[in-house]
Amino acid sequence: MLEARDLMLAGRLDGVSAALRPGEITAICGPNGAGKSSLLQCLAGLLAPGSGDVRLDDTALGRIPARQRAQAIGYLPQSGEVAWDLSVRNLVALGRLPHGDGGEAQIDAALAALDLEILSTRPVSTLSGGEKARVLLARVLAGDPHWILADEPLAALDLGHQLALIGHLRQAAEAGAGVVLVLHDLALAMNHASRVLVLEQGRVAADGPPETALDPMLIERVWGVPARWLGEPGARALVADDQAASAAGAGSSRGSA
Amino acid sequence: MTRPIPLLLISLAVAIPLSLLAGRVWLDPWTTPNAAVILGELRLPRALLAVTIGGGLGAAGAAMQGYLRNPLADPGLFGIAPGAALGAVVSLLLGYAASAWLLPLFALAGAGGAMLLLALIAGRAGGIALFTLAGMMIASLAGALTSLAISLAPNAFATSEIVVWLMGALTDRGWPDVWLAAPLTLAGIVLLRLAGRGLDALTLGEAAARSLGISPGRLQALLVVGVGLTVGSGVAVAGVIGFVGLMVPHLVRPLTDRRPSALIVPSALAGALLVLVADCLCRILPLVTELRLGIALSLIGAPFFLHLLLKMRREAV
Repeated sequence: MLEARDLMLAGRLDGVSAALRPGEITAICGPNGAGKSSLLQCLAGLLAPGSGDVRLDDTALGRIPARQRAQAIGYLPQSGEVAWDLSVRNLVALGRLPHGDGGEAQIDAALAALDLEILSTRPVSTLSGGEKARVLLARVLAGDPHWILADEPLAALDLGHQLALIGHLRQAAEAGAGVVLVLHDLALAMNHASRVLVLEQGRVAADGPPETALDPMLIERVWGVPARWLGEPGARALVADDQAASAAGAGSSRGSA
Repeated sequence: MTRPIPLLLISLAVAIPLSLLAGRVWLDPWTTPNAAVILGELRLPRALLAVTIGGGLGAAGAAMQGYLRNPLADPGLFGIAPGAALGAVVSLLLGYAASAWLLPLFALAGAGGAMLLLALIAGRAGGIALFTLAGMMIASLAGALTSLAISLAPNAFATSEIVVWLMGALTDRGWPDVWLAAPLTLAGIVLLRLAGRGLDALTLGEAAARSLGISPGRLQALLVVGVGLTVGSGVAVAGVIGFVGLMVPHLVRPLTDRRPSALIVPSALAGALLVLVADCLCRILPLVTELRLGIALSLIGAPFFLHLLLKMRREAV
């Protein structure tokens, strides 16, 4: 269990509590500046909250040695930065750093899970955006973490790659890992998360199964955009009401699988 | 990957004996009078010093580039070399240069002062941007104080002594310099190699590195002390020698798998080779006075730097 207790962080988080369970995909959603990335970084132990604490299996994250924490929690930042032109395999191998071993078996497994075997000797600079996103996720999987925390892992990916990557994350969740994703795309959260945590100005606005947490009334209140869901559960699309949206000064219609 | 290491070791094994024979006067160990004295007291320590200084600068450059995730980073950026130079200049100004130990000790104190200042300004958070800016501030402060010291020199002779020393050279160095610089440089290289894991993790950015269990404060401490020992002791015995730390990692990187940790030892060996060869060239070239090593390396380094910039510009288009 990864548990946030009353997290406060000046200007970013205002009393966030949430207990996250392994085996689930939890999506953290909210408008820009709602505190999603800050919450994720607190959960990953990268950002110390001003007050409150994060507990991993009932131990405060701050009391766990950095290396042990790194073995338990894999974190995928949004930036996708790769400073040096390593080969795919060497990049994935960085995921083994917290374990201090070669971890060849885990690296092979991570490469296989994301269909990267044929790319394993390629320099990262020669990959497409979708391939690189898979490699960076494989880096996290190679560490065999109990928790996978990813900040916008699906942004900048086309539809096919989004679905493929979320399929891999679901497999990890089914294998027992807790998966926590910051997602901008509400339709992806609706269709693929087991649970959605909606943040609004640093507070939890909703927390529950996607169908209730992403209720159109709540979307209108938090995002300021009147919208409705189309389609069947598991294949929903979000349609914003254009006229009302422009009156509210918000974005235009959006929809996605 | 250790491919370049045997290659560089073999090159050094060939270059060191050759460098002992090379000079304005080429040495024949069997016929030259006093060959044993010239070899043992002049050329061997000089060759070992070249290897030491080059090794330190190469390793420091590789570690700095890994730490700053920037191929244009140079050990001078932390302000440690300028700090050491300031220490040495102060000792020259005070007239302590006659002693074999005082000038290097002042230089080491200058390097230590720069390291301490860096640590104080950057604090415990370990942020890289703040750290780099602190280093640049220290470098420019040390540079200004060095200029001030030169302007305060009591006479033209003292001024010229300081200016010539700043140019960096291995002329007239002996065993005491080797005994001072070699252990410190070796210790520094070991520390930089220990930073390798952290540097590898930084490939993915600061946040990802911390999520991999790397402590930014520890990494920064290893870097500062490692660069301080290698660069500080180099400046202490040979003056300021630029461009080695910038050039060498570039030349070596394509031979490695490009992990920062895999670059440190090969860069040390290649730096040793480069400074050794450059110092031989300085001795051989038929100029009126011997070309200063620091000037020679800058003459090679500046066009190299330009080449790098042009290459980056082409890639950016």
